[in-house]
Order: sequence, then C-alpha cells, then structure tokens
Amino acid sequence: MNKKDDMIGTRRDFFKKFSLIGGGIAAGGAALYSGYNYEQSKPDHNYVKVLTADNKLVEVPKDSIREVKVDVTMLQKRGREGLKGHRWTWVIDLSRCKNARKCVEACQSAHHLRPYEYHITTLIMQQRVDTPAYFMPKPCQHCDNPPCVEVCPVNATFKRQDGVVLIDNERCIGCRFCMAACPYSARIFHWEDPVKEEEDRGKPYNVELNIPQRKGTITKCLMSSDRLREGKLPYCVSACPNSVYYFGDENEDCVTNGTTKETVRLSELLKVNGGYHLMEELGTKPRIYYLPPKNRNYDFPGPEAENGYKEGKT
Amino acid sequence: MDKGVDTKFLESRQLDTIATDILKPVGISKGFMIWMGFLSVLLLACIYTFIVQCEKGLIVTGMRDYVSWGMYISTFVFFVASSLVGMLITSVLGLIGYNWAKPIGRIAEIVAVGFAAIAGVIIVVDMGRPERLPFVFMYGRIQSPIFWDITVVTTYLVLSLLLYFLPLIPDLAIAKGRMGHTPRWLQRTYQTLSLNWKHTPEQYKILFRSIRIFLILIIPNALAIHTVTSWLFALNPRAGWDSTNFGPYFVSGAFVCGVAAVIVVMYFVRNSLKLEKYLTLDLFDKVGKLLVLVAIIYLYFNLNEFLVPGYKMAKFSAPEINELFTGKYALIFWFAEFGGIILPIVLLLFRQMRKPLPMLLISIVVLFASWVKRLIIVVPTLANPYLPKEFVPHTWMVYKPTFIETANTIGCFVIIAMIISVLVKLFPVIPIWEMAEEKTKTEEDTRH
Repeated sequence: MNKKDDMIGTRRDFFKKFSLIGGGIAAGGAALYSGYNYEQSKPDHNYVKVLTADNKLVEVPKDSIREVKVDVTMLQKRGREGLKGHRWTWVIDLSRCKNARKCVEACQSAHHLRPYEYHITTLIMQQRVDTPAYFMPKPCQHCDNPPCVEVCPVNATFKRQDGVVLIDNERCIGCRFCMAACPYSARIFHWEDPVKEEEDRGKPYNVELNIPQRKGTITKCLMSSDRLREGKLPYCVSACPNSVYYFGDENEDCVTNGTTKETVRLSELLKVNGGYHLMEELGTKPRIYYLPPKNRNYDFPGPEAENGYKEGKT
Repeated sequence: MDKGVDTKFLESRQLDTIATDILKPVGISKGFMIWMGFLSVLLLACIYTFIVQCEKGLIVTGMRDYVSWGMYISTFVFFVASSLVGMLITSVLGLIGYNWAKPIGRIAEIVAVGFAAIAGVIIVVDMGRPERLPFVFMYGRIQSPIFWDITVVTTYLVLSLLLYFLPLIPDLAIAKGRMGHTPRWLQRTYQTLSLNWKHTPEQYKILFRSIRIFLILIIPNALAIHTVTSWLFALNPRAGWDSTNFGPYFVSGAFVCGVAAVIVVMYFVRNSLKLEKYLTLDLFDKVGKLLVLVAIIYLYFNLNEFLVPGYKMAKFSAPEINELFTGKYALIFWFAEFGGIILPIVLLLFRQMRKPLPMLLISIVVLFASWVKRLIIVVPTLANPYLPKEFVPHTWMVYKPTFIETANTIGCFVIIAMIISVLVKLFPVIPIWEMAEEKTKTEEDTRH
C-alpha cells in the first residue's frame, strides 16, 4: 500500500464518515423538530369536570375553557331561561309569623327599595270581627296561570321554566296593566327615581335581581332568582327569625326551612297542616302555599284594621 | 244609495245656492285666529307640564301603587267613547235611510276623527316610559288586550278618516272657483285633495260603492273598539270590574257622550258659522230625541251594572258598592248617574228643551258627567283590592288628581278642540253635494 493510496483512502473515508454523521445530525434534528412541533400542536390531555346547567357532570379539556364575560346579553339570556329541571316552591307557615318584618327589610336592602316599596310585605288579616287576626307575609304568588303575564303587551314580564315570574325593566313600557291584573297587589311601580338610582347607574342590568331599578317601570318579587342560581335560599327566607318560610323544589318534593335549615317532605308538610293557596278560586294557580294560621294568640290589631285600613310605620 | 247614479243635481240651481251658503264661512277669520291662538298658548302650557312629568316621573300625578290608573285612563275611555258617534250617525242612521241626519254626518265624522286620534296620545301620556312606545310594535304580544285595542282603534281612525274624506272629495271640486274669499294656499290644498274629481257618473258610482262598504265595515269595528276598551278592565280578576255586562254597558254609554259632543259642535257651527238654514230647529229636535233614546238604553245597562251586585252585596264587591252608593264616592257617583243619564232623559222629553241653547247646556252637563263616570268606573275598583292596604304612606290610600295630571289631560282636550276647529272652519262642514242631491230628489218627488 503506498502513501498516496493511503491518503486517498483516508480522504474517502473522511468524506464517507462526514456525510454519514452530517446526514444523521440533519435527520435527527428534523425528527426532533417535527417531534417538538407535534408535541406543541397536540391537545392538552388535562380534563376538568364541569357541572352543566341541567345538572350533568361532564369533562372538558382544560385548554378549551374560556371565561365568559358577564354582560347584559348573557344575564338576559340566562335570566329569561331560568334554572332547568326545577320547580321552585314556597311554603309560608302562618301560625309562626309574628310580624318581625325581617324578611321585608332583607328584601328591600337586596333589591334597593324604599321602606314602603314592597316585593314582600306582611299584612294584618282578619276574616271576621270576632276571630283573632293573624299576620300574613305576602310575596308575589308566582302563579302558574299568571294574569299579569297574559296582559303584558311587550313580553316584559314572563314566566320561566322553573316557575318564577320575572319582570324585565329594560323592556317594560310602564303601562301598568299588570298591576291592574294582579289580584294580590304584588306589583309596584317606580313613580319616581329609585332610591339608589345614582349608585346603581352603569351597572349591567341583572334581570334576576332587577338592579339597577328604573324609574317608570314595574318591579316585583323575583323569588331571589340570583340566589337560587348560587344554590342559596332567597333573601327573605334566610332572614326570617321565626321559621315561617320553607323553600324548595317541587320536583324533589322537599322544602327547607330558612331559619332551622331543617328539610322536610313537601307533600307531607302540606297534607299534615292543610296547605292551601291564596284566593285560588280566581284560577291563577299560585305557586306559593300557605299553612293555616292555627294557634293565633296575638293581640287584636284594633278597630281600624277591621275595615281593612291600618297605616303602619313608613 | 247604490241603485242607479243620478247626477242631475249637479246642474240644479240648488247646488249653487247650497255651495255659496256653506262655503261662505270657510276660511280664516279674525275670530278663528284668536280662538286658535288661545288654544295654542294653552297647548304650550300643557306641553310644559308634560315635560315636567317626563323628567320627574309619574310621581307628579295622584296615582300610586293601589290606584295605578287614574284620570289619564279614564279620559282615554271617554275619548274612545265619544268617537263612537261617527258610526251611529253616518253608518247606522245612514244605512237605515234616515236622511234627516245627512247634514250632521260630516260633523259626526269630525268628532270621531278628533277623539279617536287623541285617544292614542293620552295613552302615551299615561306610560311610565313614553319613549318605549315602539316596543309595542317591535315586541307586541297578540294575547294582550292592549294589542287588540291598538289594532281596532287604529282601524277605526282610518275608517273614520275615509268616511270623512271620501264624501268630501266632490265638495272640494265643487268649491273650485267659489273660493275667492279664502287664501291661495287653502285653494291649492283643495285642488290637491280633490284628486282631480270630474263629477262623472262613473266616479260617483265608485264613490257610492266604496262609501257603502266602509259604512258597513265600520259597524263591527266601532263595536269592537269600545268592547275591547271595556275588556281592558273586565278581563282583570278584580271584584268591581268582574262583569259580563261591561261590553254593552260601555258601548251604550259611548253613544250618550258621543251624541252630546255632536250637539255641542252643532251648536257652535250653527251660531258661529251662521248655518241656521241647514242645521235647522227640526234637526236639533230630532237629535234631542236621539239623545233621549241612547240615554234610556244606557240607563238600562246601568241598572244591570249596579243593581245586581248591589242586591247581592258579595264579600269583595260590597265595600266598593257601599262607597259608591253612600260612601266617599256617593256625590260624584250620583252626579254621574243623574247628570249623565236621568237629566237628558227627563228634560229632553219636553219640546221646549229640544232647542239649540237648552240642548247645548244639557249636553255640556252630560259630557262632564260622562267623563266623571269613567273615573268612577276606573278608580274605586282599583282602590278596593282583595287584600288589605297596609304599611304604606297615608296618601296612597286615596286618589287625588294633581294639577300637572289635570293640565296634561286638558292638553289632550285642547288638541281635539284644535282638530275639530280646523276641520270645521277650513273645510265645508255640511256635505254640499249630498244636500243638493237630497233637495233635488225631494223637489222631483213633490212634482210627481
């Protein structure tokens, strides 16, 4: 073997090895690069469990979750639809009401109302002169055949699938036909600027809370729909010190007492105590049940209450 | 009317005399300017009070949560009621063939147009959010009686306008060349509105036919407007309005105040425009008898409306009945019943009372009583809800109309007065060609 041959052999070898290594590096790099790209484009396999509005537990990839901005359109949409699968109901035990009016205060502070503007109020009721009077908390009866909803010319007041009757004060034209139609006097009108008009100005309108309240429109009991959405009891129900209110879902046949937090069978409660609706002979099919005012041991409210007039604190 | 078109009257001497007489007062006189100026100033003041109401809200009225409808809605009912007379006089009397009512046919339609047009305005005044009026058309719900009311009242306004305008077309053409004493713009308006009328028999044939169709159509429409207006109350579960009698009760009451309104306009047309020759004493006598007739019908429905619940004294209607008969509303209730019904029936039975001036005075009392009657229908029922009124300010218990509320209501009356004045003064108020046709026919009949 001569030197030249050696040289040639070495150079050839060198090129051979060089090209092999170079090709390998390039291929490896490309593989790495494409692998990296593939990894990058691959969806995240982290799933989270989410409870849908109709109570189904589903899994969704973490990266496809987007936060929804709470705006009026969204508040209106969910407010008009209601909470699917529920039939909210209320039982008011008249034998327990002592006219503490804590429910009234809680409601008025939640909905920004004046002390004489009521979504819920208590009334001094007396059927006859010779029977004792009793106190009757009176919210909207959330009728299943609501006369107020029927007469509304613009679909401002409406009945939701969960039984709640709401009012949309962005739609209301202020004709007050619904007030004339309501036999329970449950609706009130903003004759002047609402009490917290300036404070609430600019807030996105929440139809489930009816805030901001608006001059020249109707407002009424909303069954605290905003609280129901959070799984909480209504403002008035939680505020009662005398265990007057039971609140719950007719579909589940159970109601929870707002004061004692005791949960009982709805059908049992109504059967044992003789539950009834207020003026059901009018055909309005109210959702609210009353339990009769037995064991009335309150003072007579005085002669002025006999003819239906009693001016309370304002 | 439809049988054979006879346009002989166009050549008769009668037409010329009648046209000259009726067109003589047409135009702008000094008195008319003063009257319209006065109304305009009044209207401006009322527009100001309406702006105040828009700014402050309905708190400036006497309405509150219990009595949530007051003077505005009552006046709305009164306006719709008064407008019904157009159908009674032109349509019912016309189709029966009572030709004596022809001279006041146009006056009746003017009253109908004026009141029907402003009925919608006072509803807007009553709204808490008047700027949202378009919502009624954008989101209207067919279940709502308000939707029905808007539909039928608008239809009635259009039909009444047509029944005013169609018979006016030949008169506008007749007036051409006889209007020398009026301003140029009015002559040009006549020219445009006469739609190039040529008095051909063919044109008259079409005119007769279309008028006849509208005369028939307007009867169910007129009954609908006041029946639906009564349903705005009767459809609600409220003790005082819970009456199946409400439709005919409202319709019969409408004829009473409508005829009274026509009598008032007739009096001023006769005296201010010097048209005694056409609005004769005999005509007043007949319209007086018509008022007696409609008032007797209304009395019958009032007996049904108050005697039946008054006899039963059901738990929830008794408090209201007591308040009306002997309680706090007794004075205005009995004024409405006696002034609006008994008074015209008794007085107008006497021939001496069926003269223009006594009839004017009686009609003014009837009109006022009819307006008060609508307040009596609306307010006491709302003031007596099923559940007790407690824990609210004392002022919420009773309804007291405020100055601003009254001013806004007066403003609506002012607009009606302006519409009626313009139509009465600037256009022939007695149908010229119909009168000429009538005269020619009677002449021919006597000749044969």
